[in-house]
Amino acid sequence: MNAIAPFALAAAGLIGLGLYGMLAQSSVLRKVIAFNLLGIGVFLVFGVVARRGAAAGLPADPVPQAMVITGLVVAFAATALALVLTLRLHQSTGAVTLAEDPEASTPPSKHGASAE
Amino acid sequence: MTGWMLDLPLALGLFGAGAATLAARSLFGAVLGFISTGLIATLVWVRLEAPDVALTEAVIGAAATSVIILYVASRIGGGAAAPAPPHIALRILAAILSALLAVLLALALLALPEQAPSLAGPVLERIAPTGLGNPVTAVLMAHRAIDTLLESAVLVFAVFAIWSMAPDRRWGRAPGPAFVAEPHGPLAFLARVLPPIGIVIGIYIAWVGADAPGGKFQGGAVLAAMWVLPWIAGLIAPPSISDMRLRLAIAAGPLVFLMVGLAGFVWAEGFLAYPPGFAKLLILLIETAMTLSVAVAMACMIAGPPERRPQP
Repeated sequence: MNAIAPFALAAAGLIGLGLYGMLAQSSVLRKVIAFNLLGIGVFLVFGVVARRGAAAGLPADPVPQAMVITGLVVAFAATALALVLTLRLHQSTGAVTLAEDPEASTPPSKHGASAE
Repeated sequence: MTGWMLDLPLALGLFGAGAATLAARSLFGAVLGFISTGLIATLVWVRLEAPDVALTEAVIGAAATSVIILYVASRIGGGAAAPAPPHIALRILAAILSALLAVLLALALLALPEQAPSLAGPVLERIAPTGLGNPVTAVLMAHRAIDTLLESAVLVFAVFAIWSMAPDRRWGRAPGPAFVAEPHGPLAFLARVLPPIGIVIGIYIAWVGADAPGGKFQGGAVLAAMWVLPWIAGLIAPPSISDMRLRLAIAAGPLVFLMVGLAGFVWAEGFLAYPPGFAKLLILLIETAMTLSVAVAMACMIAGPPERRPQP
């Protein structure tokens, strides 16, 4: 266990950072980046567990590794969809955030000008 | 001891790059921080003896994800003023809760029992009938094939969802915005020189996955990059999203996978079971179709919904 303790701690730290970024940042794009940081952390937890499961001559348990490969591809698809939604939000309303307050303070003419 | 000298800086660097991503003032700085985090994570995967995942993280997690984030950031305006952050009390609360989660998770990970459970043994015991040499591929294609089948379907639905973001009048056009061709620029040069090499590398990575680190997702992602590069350089026009060949290419992987899976009811023990002696052949068939689908679907996801004006 000791050999991989630094990576276990870094993975837990990244999950904390990602969660904080998703909660405490208002820009949607930065939330998407934070979501991906959280993802890197979660996948590394799998990596740490896989490395601990070294057995039968294999350096790491292949089952968590396969789950991470699946997860990485799905995370990419989810990120691509989130980014397209963000871009469309920006194109049709000019907004870069989903927060209510800044949106209410922007002049309504902005909506009219760029509405499709 | 030498392991620690490498692992400690890597772990610190990983956390530091993640923190820099959040702390960056500009959106562009945050994207650069994320790219660094992904690259360090790739090295960590190598240290965790998981070369298959390291390849996937490098090609999809770090490279492809960064490309689409950078692309959207540049269109939204990387230098634009950030919107007002949430109330300070909310941020402090979020910080406390996130830190609490991270600490609890770290404690849980450090307290894992010394005798770790492992499926490495059972995987190796049952690898012979599949004819595969790479245990990770054996898990993906045989032992947990249902996960991979569902995941390949996710890619198809993601492309549907992204295309459906297109305004009605753009439906049926080619995916992505129109790129201006610069026939003698550096991008056009790269788009001519790289694909012949990249396509061979992509196919090799997909092919070698049966016995060595690699596979359809990693190879497919490289192929996707080699297809998107000439689009961006304006050298070739991508096909229309109504093109039946494009749609078939995206659906080919899950369709072949599903058909082989259903055929398992007839010639083997059940759904997704391979008949003895034909496992390797069928797995290669599925992997070939999946490589094509992953490449085309990822290229469409990188390009985004149709935005280009009607072709003259």
